[in-house]
Amino acid sequence: MSAYRFTLAGCDLTALPSGGLFWAEAGLLVVSDLHFGKSTRLARRGGALLPPYETRDTLLRLDADLTQTGATEVICLGDSFDDVAAADEMEAADRQALARLLEGRRWTWIAGNHDPAPGGLGGHHAAEHRQGALTFRHIAEPGAVGEVSGHFHPKARLAGQSRPCFLLSPGARLILPAYGCYTGGLFCAAPELAALMGPGALAILTGRVARAIPYAAAAQTSPRASTVGR
Amino acid sequence: MSALPPSLSDWFAAQGWQLHPHQQAMLARAAARSTLLIAPTGGGKTLAGFLPSLAELGAAPKAGLHTLYISPLKALAADIRRNLRRPVEGAGLAIRIEDRTGDTTYTQRRRQRADPPHILLTTPESLALLLSYEDAPRVFAGLQRVVVDEIHALAESKRGDQLMLALARLEALAPGLRRVGLSATVEDPPALARFLAPGTEVLEADPGPDPDIRMLLTEAAPPWAGGGGRYAIPAILDAVRRHRTTLIFHNTRAQAEIFFRDLWLANTDDLPIGIHHGSLSREARERVEQAMTEGRLRAVVCTGTLDLGIDWGDVDLVIQVGAPKNVKRLVQRIGRANHRYNAPSKALLVPANRWEVVECHAALQAVRARALDGEPRGPGPRDVLCQHILATACAGPFEAAALYDEVTSAGPYTGLSRAEFDACLDFAATGGYALRAYDRWQRLMLRDGRWQLRDPRAAAVIRQNLGTIIGTETLKVRLRGRMGGAPLGEVEEGFAATLTQGDTFLIGGEVVRYEGLNELTVEVTRQPGREPKVAVFGGTKFATSTQLSDRILDLLQQDRWPDLPDHTARWLALQREVSALPRPDRLLCESFPHEGREHLCIYGFAGRNAQQTLGLLVTKRMEETGLAPLGFVCTDYATLIWGLEPVLDIGPLFDIAALRAGLETWLAGNAVMKRTFRDVAIIAGLIERQHQGRRKSGRQATFSSDILYDTLRRFDPDHLMLQITRDAAMRGMVDFGRIEERLAAVAGRIELRRLRSVTPLAAPLLLEPGRIPVQGAGRERLAEAAAARLMAAAGLG
Repeated sequence: MSAYRFTLAGCDLTALPSGGLFWAEAGLLVVSDLHFGKSTRLARRGGALLPPYETRDTLLRLDADLTQTGATEVICLGDSFDDVAAADEMEAADRQALARLLEGRRWTWIAGNHDPAPGGLGGHHAAEHRQGALTFRHIAEPGAVGEVSGHFHPKARLAGQSRPCFLLSPGARLILPAYGCYTGGLFCAAPELAALMGPGALAILTGRVARAIPYAAAAQTSPRASTVGR
Repeated sequence: MSALPPSLSDWFAAQGWQLHPHQQAMLARAAARSTLLIAPTGGGKTLAGFLPSLAELGAAPKAGLHTLYISPLKALAADIRRNLRRPVEGAGLAIRIEDRTGDTTYTQRRRQRADPPHILLTTPESLALLLSYEDAPRVFAGLQRVVVDEIHALAESKRGDQLMLALARLEALAPGLRRVGLSATVEDPPALARFLAPGTEVLEADPGPDPDIRMLLTEAAPPWAGGGGRYAIPAILDAVRRHRTTLIFHNTRAQAEIFFRDLWLANTDDLPIGIHHGSLSREARERVEQAMTEGRLRAVVCTGTLDLGIDWGDVDLVIQVGAPKNVKRLVQRIGRANHRYNAPSKALLVPANRWEVVECHAALQAVRARALDGEPRGPGPRDVLCQHILATACAGPFEAAALYDEVTSAGPYTGLSRAEFDACLDFAATGGYALRAYDRWQRLMLRDGRWQLRDPRAAAVIRQNLGTIIGTETLKVRLRGRMGGAPLGEVEEGFAATLTQGDTFLIGGEVVRYEGLNELTVEVTRQPGREPKVAVFGGTKFATSTQLSDRILDLLQQDRWPDLPDHTARWLALQREVSALPRPDRLLCESFPHEGREHLCIYGFAGRNAQQTLGLLVTKRMEETGLAPLGFVCTDYATLIWGLEPVLDIGPLFDIAALRAGLETWLAGNAVMKRTFRDVAIIAGLIERQHQGRRKSGRQATFSSDILYDTLRRFDPDHLMLQITRDAAMRGMVDFGRIEERLAAVAGRIELRRLRSVTPLAAPLLLEPGRIPVQGAGRERLAEAAAARLMAAAGLG
């Protein structure tokens, strides 16, 4: 089994090796920080012309996860688009591919700090979303219970490799890694993340296999300052 | 022939100086379009390069830039300024001489563009920057001569390609410009002449007497592995005492640091000794240079930054610590001693470990035989061209056809096809992607037949990225103090990330304690007398040349080694007894268990880069055949691989057809290619260099170049950046040619010896730094075990 199963606020959840979260009972796939259109935004600002394929890459991975899990409902936890203009400028082919994924699925776009209100792509929008015992929002809030969020792009290091990771604080919250292709990250030892992790917290690393290690151990081996990539 | 101004001739006479024949010849050929002067160190070649300028500028020079001097080193430019000012001021000439490098202040740089001196001394990077400004045509309009110093060194890297493109640009701005290249002894002068310009005339000075060069014999035997030469410190101090001034060269900065500290601890006479390398702060470097010029130092521990023509005058001994890797470089380096024409230079070689004893011995043979080595230069790299195109656009609109003509007039690019040029232009303009275009957001737009920046503000970003030197990211190190404290130097960011408060490390020869990161500065306090945790910087690693490797293999075939120190001779004899010595006509491999891991050692003698490629290729085959390799390490002679399963059959691993077939897919995913891609992408302007001010601690400002590499491979495998990466890797880091040569030479005679434990030749490799992990099944097995242990320890299993 390459995914990692755990419980949050009484819900049985599965961390996928890709960085997606699956709630089998609800048929729900959750992904965070897709950052569609990042290369276009950088180009628009006069910067380097990066390979403009990150949206396609992210969509292909999302498609694979949807097929594999058979999810009927999707929640994107914010920063789905790198900015509001990126949603408007999305290539026709990518737009169609995204529309195909939305077809026949309940789809919720949670607002992020990059994309407060992107429009015209179907699905419905929400600042946050409650379902069962879980609350879905972009940025974690102190004192939350059963909260699922994104925003921080957490990463951790295991056996010399740095990988995006989920951070699970039992009972309280789960923070998802960034699912998008061109996304940096924040090492899990960072104070803003440490403040959100309670006793018994885990870091669940993505990669070939989703693998859990104690948060305390992950924080110890991860540098506090670095620009290491995904 | 141009005549020197009388007051200058008088000044020379008063100093008792007489022009050397090649200096006279340079004056006589002052009108030649392009000249390459090859002269040994100490032959006054820099002055030879300037004499025609001094003659033409004369007593009453016209305002404006007359001569541009380009050196590979900032320090060299500053040094030449001092040396050239002496005769000019002595002769009362009103010639303005200034230098301009990355160290020059902003105000002075602005002033230099507004009112250029007669002679400007600069580096290739600063020249590229000057040429990227809109006022370049005005600044360079009257330029008469360009002098490229140490051109042999520049030609060894992309800096040389960038410079030749810049010269082509200069030629367009100042038609009739004359070029002079100044070079140390090289193996193929006509090739270097073609590099400088088609039709360049070569002028060779008398090479001078043979150097006096020996291996330093010590009572203590060198250690088994590693570098540094610490064991030789008593003998080295002895040699320093017996000479006026000694330069002690190391191959890497880290080794120079460790050595310098140990030297100080042993320096009971308090001999004044300094340290000089590229990671030290400018202030620290300048202090040492100043003290050196004034003759206040008895020795300087240094790296390649002192390799090139800085005239210290009084140096009478060069000590090379660590194997020289390359005979040509060794000859050039030892020329630093006795900087007087026609006097033999004196040098000592200090092998840092047992292997290097053999290599130093082979190098001595080659020096005595005057057999220089060198690999032919490939065509001009296209990532440099991409950068040049962007920089050209910063200066103003250009026509594609005109720029193509200009580029192909540069030596390294004479063979560039129009299609190749257009692909680079397309990359610079649109990104050059096959499946999707940035039509609205191009970087360069074609307007009225001329290419220009879409957004002129992009020029600032492009200028910041100019240059072909790609370092690792570094952080400044300062003493903790109220005003920010004194700067000590820089450390690699990766190193800084491993530090926790209280860790000690070496920098500038002193032990400091890590206190914390303040914004982008590493704050430290002094900790004299403590044992340092580590020294810090990586350094350039050159591969041992083919010629030197062949000489070493030949040496190993002797029955006995009376010329080698006894400890080394015994070591080789023991290897012959326990296993076998590598032979030119076969490939020796050893397989043995050691400390719970299986090991495979391959004695390829193909140089560090090719041995690394071999490591990557063979571990890939091992991965496919279930041998679960975990990592490898290489030296110039051998690759040592460790893993979970023993290698008992070598044939399948060395099937050349399978190796070559695997090469393409293998090239795709490995760390060397990704590192090469990163350099290419930065030079070509696909990735911005990270600038200090833009990074925030903890948060990642950018994602890694690996992601771009993987994305391109997946969606656009024929993209220009990947083509350039493949070319660069095959020539440089990958060096697959040398593996093929070697495998052809052994013609299938691959010998595997299964042994019960590590062998004498393999043992040093276990101690080598620079281990490369293999990301495969073996590592997954270990990660799983590690995760399970951590969970169990936390009671979560």
